[in-house]
Amino acid sequence: MSALAIWALFLAIGLGTVLLRLSFIYLFGKIEMPARLRRALRFVPASVLAALVFPALTHTAGHINLSLHNFRLLAGLGGALIAWRTRNVLLTIAVGMALLWLLQVMWGG
Amino acid sequence: MKLHPDFVAGARAAGPILLGVVPFALVSGVAAISVGLTPAEAIGMSFLVFAGASQLAVFQLIGAGSPWIIMVLTAWIINVRFTMYSATLAPHFQKLPLRLKSLFAYMLSDQAFAVTLARFIEPEPVSHAWFYAGTAGTIWVVWQVSAITGALLGTLVPASWGFDFAFPLSFMALLFGALRDRPAVLAALTGGLTAVLARGLPYNTGLVLATLVGIAAGYLAEMLGPQAVTA
Repeated sequence: MSALAIWALFLAIGLGTVLLRLSFIYLFGKIEMPARLRRALRFVPASVLAALVFPALTHTAGHINLSLHNFRLLAGLGGALIAWRTRNVLLTIAVGMALLWLLQVMWGG
Repeated sequence: MKLHPDFVAGARAAGPILLGVVPFALVSGVAAISVGLTPAEAIGMSFLVFAGASQLAVFQLIGAGSPWIIMVLTAWIINVRFTMYSATLAPHFQKLPLRLKSLFAYMLSDQAFAVTLARFIEPEPVSHAWFYAGTAGTIWVVWQVSAITGALLGTLVPASWGFDFAFPLSFMALLFGALRDRPAVLAALTGGLTAVLARGLPYNTGLVLATLVGIAAGYLAEMLGPQAVTA
């Protein structure tokens, strides 16, 4: 990607994001958020985060790989256990990365 | 110069949550470098966007060579949640001038929302504007300092370390925080599995599709399921 495309990307994302943040702070008293939309938006974090995480573990080099040779899947499951018990971002990253490196060192990557 | 006491109270209230902000921002800085951005680009993005989850998702897509428009759409979808925070905080900022409303909107983060809302619903009165400015401003400053540090340190981390694996790991910790009840768990499982099956779709459109399917599953489960079910 060219430097111009990258800065345009950040500008587009940033502008859209600030409008999303300002939306109802600005519109208060003019428009109310429909109750149905509010109920649906509640599921955005769970859906999008899972959609980011799952394929990052199940796919290696663009292909699905559910075998024990998929070190990212194994290390990711270990990380998930830590995430579940602690909700701690730093600890989850530390344990997951350590597991990945350990598997790669012991069984070759 | 004497700071407004409610501004100081807001800054203090942000304290504990900074433990989560610092590593996340550091990772976002390092991650930006790991996908080939320059430190200036990484820092510029951090100031322009200031929304960690969407930034990390964009890095993952840059790494996968996704088209520009897919990256923009993905980031916007991840940040649609801010409209919920915006609607919840709106009555507290009603009387402020648009300049301040815009500044406060720019500084709005998951963490600032959680901390200020917890304080606003307490019966004891507080200046909403000053308290929010203290909390959100502190989080913003700490985020930027950590992200800049990460971007500068990132140049020292070799790509062979597989540091891109830190993205899904950081999302996991956030994911479990979002699984507040059964419909949310169902939304996550449906969205995640759809993303796995849709991984081969062109232009990485699978992520957007999977998110929409997950939202629909959670919404339907809540509408059709027994009212009292909470995990």
